Amino acid sequence: MRMIASLLCGLVFGAGLLISGMVQPTKVLGFLDIFGAWDPSLAVVMAAALAVSVPGFRLANGRSRPLLADQSFWPSKSQIDRPLIMGAALFGIGWGLVGLCPGPALESLATLSPGILVFVAAMAGGMTLHDYWQKPQPKLRNEAALAEADG
Amino acid sequence: MANFTPVSAAIGGGLIGLSAVLLMLLTGRIAGISGILGGLLDWRADDKDWRIAFIAGLILAPLMAGWMGYGMPTPKLPASWAVIIAAGLLVGFGTRLGGGCTSGHGICGVARLSARSIAATIIFMLTAIATVAVTHHLLGG
Repeated sequence: MRMIASLLCGLVFGAGLLISGMVQPTKVLGFLDIFGAWDPSLAVVMAAALAVSVPGFRLANGRSRPLLADQSFWPSKSQIDRPLIMGAALFGIGWGLVGLCPGPALESLATLSPGILVFVAAMAGGMTLHDYWQKPQPKLRNEAALAEADG
Repeated sequence: MANFTPVSAAIGGGLIGLSAVLLMLLTGRIAGISGILGGLLDWRADDKDWRIAFIAGLILAPLMAGWMGYGMPTPKLPASWAVIIAAGLLVGFGTRLGGGCTSGHGICGVARLSARSIAATIIFMLTAIATVAVTHHLLGG
């Protein structure tokens, strides 16, 4: 059931990116290009997503546990630290270079476009590089380690 | 603002928000794509099943749309392989270091009113805007 729920959520997420046009790098770059022919669509996407997720998360937070799992994994970090600032800054540069963030990049694998395949391989490489650089801690098992990520 | 598409943006955004809420209500997970993929690539993690299912759904969406006659056009990327690879590395490394991307920080984190995520979202928006300003206007690409 948990697998089916995850699959359906991925499907709905993908439909949202598709309908909003955010799978198109040119559409995203149109938003980021505030000195050119600015396209505010991405701001509307975020505002609409928040209009649903703010009350939805409030509802989820009030429940003791999720419907199909034993516990919820709410991000635990609250500090604005150096890694957060550096990481967000680097991500933004990469995002601005081609107009692809992780969601649309993975979804675009469906097109089998060579450029997308190379981008996703490089993105996965960047993630792995980070994990190695962070000195792997063999004893730190999944949940504790992963709960550290915000999303 | 000739390219502005507020209606489809609002419908699509609403669906993205709905997906994030459903994933949390049903499975207790944050719909942050870099976190979902990062956990899949992290050899320490043993909860890969739901991550694979979510990503499969994400890839299935345009395929299903294609079967219904709404095919997804091939994304337009820069001509330079070096730029594509550099961007991919920066996005991968940066999202792991910063703990999230547009979905995990920008939607889920901001929806939780997390100061951390609001800061991350402002920072990656600013560096992305600056990058586009440099590549599109200063360098005339």
